[in-house]
Amino acid sequence: MAPDKGMLYLKGINKTYGSVKAVKDVTLEIKSGEFFTLLGPSGCGKTTLLRMIAGLEIQDSGSIILEGKDITRIPATKRQINTVFQSYALFPHLNVFENVAFGLRARKIPEKELKPKVQTALDILELGRMSTRFPHQLSGGQNQRVALARAVVNDPKVLLLDEPMSALDAKLRAQVQVELRRLQKQLGHTFILVTHDQDEALVVSDRIAVMKDGQIIQSGSPDDVYDFPKNRFVAEFLGAANILSGKFFDGMFHTDVGNLELDVQPSWEHGVIAIRPEWIKFSDTKPEQNGVRAKVTEIIYRGTNLDIWCEPGPIRVKSTTYKDFKIGDELWLELAPKELVVLDE
Amino acid sequence: MKKIKLLVNAMALGTMAFLYLPLMAVAFFSVNNTKYGLVWKGFTLKWYIQLLHNEAILHIALNTLILAVVSTIISTILGTALAIGMGRFPWPGKMNTILDLILHLPVIIPDIILAAALVIAFGLLRSLSSVFEPGLICMIISHITFQVAFVALVVRSRLISIGKDIEEAARDLYASTSYLLWKITLPLLLPGIIAGAMLAFTLSLDDFVISFFTAGPDSVTLPLYIFAAVRRVVTPQIHALATIVLFVTVILVFTMERFTRKKDIQ
Amino acid sequence: MNKLMIWYGELIAPKKLLKRGALFLSPGMLWLIFFLVIPGLVLILVSFAGRGSYGELVWEFGLANYKRLVGYGIFGWTPDYIVILLRSVWVAIVTTGLSVVLSYPLCFFIAKKPERTRYVWLMMVIIPFWTNMVIRTYSWFLILAPEMPLAKLAAYFKLISPGMALYPSAFAVYLGMISIFLPFVALPLFSSVERMDWALVEAAQDLYSSNVRIFMHAILPQTLPGLSVGIILTFVPAMGMFVVPDLLGGAKYMLVGNLIEQQFGTSRDWAFGAAISMALMALTLFSLYLYRKKNKDIDLL
Repeated sequence: MAPDKGMLYLKGINKTYGSVKAVKDVTLEIKSGEFFTLLGPSGCGKTTLLRMIAGLEIQDSGSIILEGKDITRIPATKRQINTVFQSYALFPHLNVFENVAFGLRARKIPEKELKPKVQTALDILELGRMSTRFPHQLSGGQNQRVALARAVVNDPKVLLLDEPMSALDAKLRAQVQVELRRLQKQLGHTFILVTHDQDEALVVSDRIAVMKDGQIIQSGSPDDVYDFPKNRFVAEFLGAANILSGKFFDGMFHTDVGNLELDVQPSWEHGVIAIRPEWIKFSDTKPEQNGVRAKVTEIIYRGTNLDIWCEPGPIRVKSTTYKDFKIGDELWLELAPKELVVLDE
Repeated sequence: MKKIKLLVNAMALGTMAFLYLPLMAVAFFSVNNTKYGLVWKGFTLKWYIQLLHNEAILHIALNTLILAVVSTIISTILGTALAIGMGRFPWPGKMNTILDLILHLPVIIPDIILAAALVIAFGLLRSLSSVFEPGLICMIISHITFQVAFVALVVRSRLISIGKDIEEAARDLYASTSYLLWKITLPLLLPGIIAGAMLAFTLSLDDFVISFFTAGPDSVTLPLYIFAAVRRVVTPQIHALATIVLFVTVILVFTMERFTRKKDIQ
Repeated sequence: MNKLMIWYGELIAPKKLLKRGALFLSPGMLWLIFFLVIPGLVLILVSFAGRGSYGELVWEFGLANYKRLVGYGIFGWTPDYIVILLRSVWVAIVTTGLSVVLSYPLCFFIAKKPERTRYVWLMMVIIPFWTNMVIRTYSWFLILAPEMPLAKLAAYFKLISPGMALYPSAFAVYLGMISIFLPFVALPLFSSVERMDWALVEAAQDLYSSNVRIFMHAILPQTLPGLSVGIILTFVPAMGMFVVPDLLGGAKYMLVGNLIEQQFGTSRDWAFGAAISMALMALTLFSLYLYRKKNKDIDLL
């Protein structure tokens, strides 16, 4: 296998359950030391894909290549890949130390090597003082760290995380996301995360692949995917977006809100473009390009900003200025050509 | 509303009395200092002392215990393996239905029918081997037959509660098939296995009908002995024996409850 | 290459996996087939066989045993066996019904107790559940003895002659049966009552005036799962019961269990005993079938 295909290479993976195609012809390349995220709504096939990498499911066709070697027929027990399960799946009858040591003991690592390894893993995840406790005596966040320690102690080539934060509350989740990112940089391992939470994906990832209906719609760095969504699904799933549909002719995009100039020539005649709420500027005077005269219909206070809904459209605008808006105010919106993203379809 | 509450309480206490008065009478007359009649003649423990010196009864008690212990050990091993075999392998749907039906048979069938079927089966097998003469071996075989199903059902419900991802996690962490079985599956099943074994033990001690049909002259158990005795004449010595059995039951029930309660906490 | 599958995280050929499964399964299954399924089939076969003059089985098949069971004997038709069968069903119905009636107050009573004492009260029901049937049956000898208040009371009202015990009698059989089977209803019922939502009962009290309607609409639907288990656990073994009628009913109140026991004991007519067993089995299966059918309707309500 060509070495430039990355550390983990998925080639034409397909998986069907009964009549449902869970994964459709997925090809992916993940680099060594990368934090890669599979993002998508539930049922999009992301967990199935992760389980196939772990060796807990077998694909109908296609191959999984780890460091140039096809591992399709290598069982999970022998793959140097470890998983943090959504339920954590800790062993309830073993204490924290034994949970973490499990993978080493199963491989008959001598006690002399095992102890310091487990201790290091416990220390990294700040579980040193918990080592004799049992899972049912720990909080959700602590159990999650045990699950992480249990996986990283084995020095896996790839660490898989299946929605590891879904059981945590919102505040803890935000904190753990940052810690997870830091842990990955510290260890230098390849992490693959599965999540349906777009914020989480943006915070932790080096690269994101957005999935829908068993297919990868778009992949790239977080800012790439956020700034240049490929289609309506990605634009709306990742962050908020105003979607404008219309016709392109005479070098202009004709929509219900007015005629807009574009930087990029669309390949279609009839289609949609997107603009994110925070990319729209307000002004009292008519802007030079792409000005839209609008009326405020709704104002939502968000703490750090205001969400302002305007007609025609409706167009959603994010304001951080705290200007004193009132419902019924008339103002100019600037939908600058460089901010308008031409979408496929 | 108050009236109803009063009625409910009165009925409940009445029902409790209904359950316990006869048993308390047995315990009461077991320390009554007279051989005949139901008139109080003072406290004595002589019936208990006589019991402990009665070789025949001690032999019967030993028989009962051997029967219970041997049948429990064998049925627990068979039942646990059966539960794992049924619950952890992708059997086709139809086969699962048949296995399930066979497993539930001893639970559904009235025990007297099972006893009748076994009497005939042992009767026919007797022409092949003298092992099947009425006696302890036949009783052990019969007890195992109904115990296996109960053990398997208890262990299987525990097995289902373990869930798939714990075993997947063990595989993901490099466990081989036997390592998984010994370090994860069996330890997690243990509370279920012990609960099943205790159930089997209690069922064996408690059984009357099946033992009655399959016992031989030398393999009488305590329930059989009490039954035969009270059909002739009721003596204080029988009351004493019944009271001891009652106490053993109470102890067994308490340990069994302790165990299942502990399991719930985990 | 062989087709592989993944089962509980293990990559394996399906054939190999099932072979391992069979290894676990076969000791227990072979045991059950050898000592349960085959004896059961033999029992069916034997019910069509005959009896030799020394009580041995005669392998000549016919319907003679069943004809005898429905009453056609050497001396013409008698309803004796039919009466015993019907009586067994009747006793099982009464036992189950009265056990249910007594179990509800008992369960409510225990459920309303504070957590600490509730456990003790519950144990008080569990202990009789596990106490040996023979002991529990014969203990009624003492309560029903002539010297005891109950018998004296009955004699005073001229229900029995003075100096007589209240057993053997039909009354004694019912007492014994209910005392034995009551915990079989109460324990499963309690597991439902414990989880009951009393707010629904209070709401029903606002809606309906009659207690019957409160029970039917708020209590019964919530406790049905436990009640179903309890009824099955009682009705099926109650039909085949033989210790209680033997000790407390004597010849006066024979049930099908005693009839079967007689054929395997004193009469030594295995073939006829097998036929009666088949009749009891048919009754059991029929009641289970009826019950499942009925229960589906209740679930729909």
